[in-house]
Amino acid sequence: MKITNNEYNKMLTASSPKTKLYKTLPKAFLFGGIICVIGEAFLGLYMRYGAEKETAAALTSITLIGLAALLTGFKVYDRFAKHAGAGSIIPITGFANAVVSPALEFKSEGFVLGVGAKMFVIAGPVIVYGVAASVLYGVVYYIFNAAVA
Amino acid sequence: MGKYYGKGTINFDNAPSILSYGSAVGPKEGEGPLADYFDYIGEKSEFGEENSWEKAEVALQKNALRAALKKGGLAQSDISFIFAGDLLNQCVCSAYGIRDFDMPFIGLFGACSTMAESLALASVFVESGVAQMTAAMTSSHFCTAERQFRLPVNYGGQRTPTSQWTATAAGCAIVAPRKAPPYIKAVTFGKVIDMGVKDVNNMGGAMAGAAYETINNHLANTKQSVNDFDMILTGDLGSVGSGLLIDMFLRDNIEIAATHADCGMMLYKTKKQDVHAGASGCGCSASVLCGLILKRITEGKLKNVLFVATGALMSPTMIQQGESIPSVAHAVHISKE
Amino acid sequence: MLMNYFWAFTVGGLLCLIGQLFIDLTKISPARILVAYVVAGVILGGAGFYKPLVELAGAGATVPLTGFGYLLAEGVKKAVSERGLLGIFTGGFTAAAAGLAAVVVFALFVAVLFKRGDKMS
Repeated sequence: MKITNNEYNKMLTASSPKTKLYKTLPKAFLFGGIICVIGEAFLGLYMRYGAEKETAAALTSITLIGLAALLTGFKVYDRFAKHAGAGSIIPITGFANAVVSPALEFKSEGFVLGVGAKMFVIAGPVIVYGVAASVLYGVVYYIFNAAVA
Repeated sequence: MGKYYGKGTINFDNAPSILSYGSAVGPKEGEGPLADYFDYIGEKSEFGEENSWEKAEVALQKNALRAALKKGGLAQSDISFIFAGDLLNQCVCSAYGIRDFDMPFIGLFGACSTMAESLALASVFVESGVAQMTAAMTSSHFCTAERQFRLPVNYGGQRTPTSQWTATAAGCAIVAPRKAPPYIKAVTFGKVIDMGVKDVNNMGGAMAGAAYETINNHLANTKQSVNDFDMILTGDLGSVGSGLLIDMFLRDNIEIAATHADCGMMLYKTKKQDVHAGASGCGCSASVLCGLILKRITEGKLKNVLFVATGALMSPTMIQQGESIPSVAHAVHISKE
Repeated sequence: MLMNYFWAFTVGGLLCLIGQLFIDLTKISPARILVAYVVAGVILGGAGFYKPLVELAGAGATVPLTGFGYLLAEGVKKAVSERGLLGIFTGGFTAAAAGLAAVVVFALFVAVLFKRGDKMS
């Protein structure tokens, strides 16, 4: 019997298992929270050694990026991310993994066209739209300041 | 000579034989339930190629071809034509694999339907008398597929419950004029079917429509029914696509659940090996067919199998342009008699 | 002290939980969610809503990618105040410089020293 795409997609939706939210949500919360607590610990550590707040925050980011890069190198981060989901994607460590994993993967195509060209294949859009949004915000802020002055 | 039944079906009066067959798989497949049936199981999925996953897949395909030649006691020069393909751009794994062999190469792309497509074409060449011996081969590798179609292997992401695991596996079958079972009695080449599915993490779901179309076509053209087969073996529909296929036949009041099996659900211990909806990839149906199924038919434990490998014919480019997933299924009737 | 950790955990965890909801309930790919998080961070940071969250939760607000957006917005704000029109263009990258240089160098480091690996599950 002929089946329409509409009917087919209804049947498909009905027979496709759904993500178990009761599993994924608590895990994302827990692991994401833990990464932030580790960040908080480094933040406190750097401040205790006399770093200013902004410097300490930057050092914390660098530390977390370094750790995530190493864990990606040791093939631990992807195994962890399988459970943590957004808990490992949203923190800056996920950003680091998104840069390091293609760098490692495309090493087989050489250091210029492989590692160099493919490094930002996943994380590139984040920088493109982050910076674009910041410039847009800069324009608004500049006009706002000029108007107030 | 073969006879064209129309609508894609060719009936073979002389029914060529599958003379020999070989399979090669990676370590994860080697931990699966079919481990005992494979000719070659790699200890690591590099297969000796430390710096390239593509070369690893090339090595895998060569292992399957060597196994098939060796088991049949054949030389490279015995093969008149080899039909082969894989998932990668320009079918490089097949071309680079066969580069080292002395045989005319006909490259194919049918995505995960390639085992059925190549086997069907290899049979047509033998049945028509233009070739004395032909080979059909295909492979897939988890890592080459990931890096071409999805994300770097070591990127940390979550797989959805409907996603399937690309098998690191290869299979090769050698076809010759009628001699001994298994015999190939008829083939049906499928149409490109698009059910409008866009979720690339639900390939089985996207392909079930093509399987339904081709099975129905084959049965109608050869005037057979589901009951004429011990097994209707789909390639890699996985649990989602298989469920959908069974449901579609139930709409027509045809019960296929008892006859239907899916290579994608046989290759791994689905739960324990955490492959979600099952296995996929050209190598999935190729290794299950050339590992387990052909052996079962040879032994007489299976008599009539309709092997229906399905392929999703999309590329990342087309999906990014918002297109849906077209798919195709080709059927091969393999028989003991 | 302990409260700092509590808020870092809770706010950071919640930001990730929202991301997981988007991944699981919509068909939006993780890459798009990351972009959305950064842009949201810029907007919230620019509008002044994110700063109180950073003061409350510390790393819980700066470590998730919205924090990266917030950093970009703060950088632009500072640069525009100091350098005027030019600051619009220099602010974002200046603020992000440490993180970006770090990620590039560490990625190169890992690419040189490590081998890519297979995945078994």
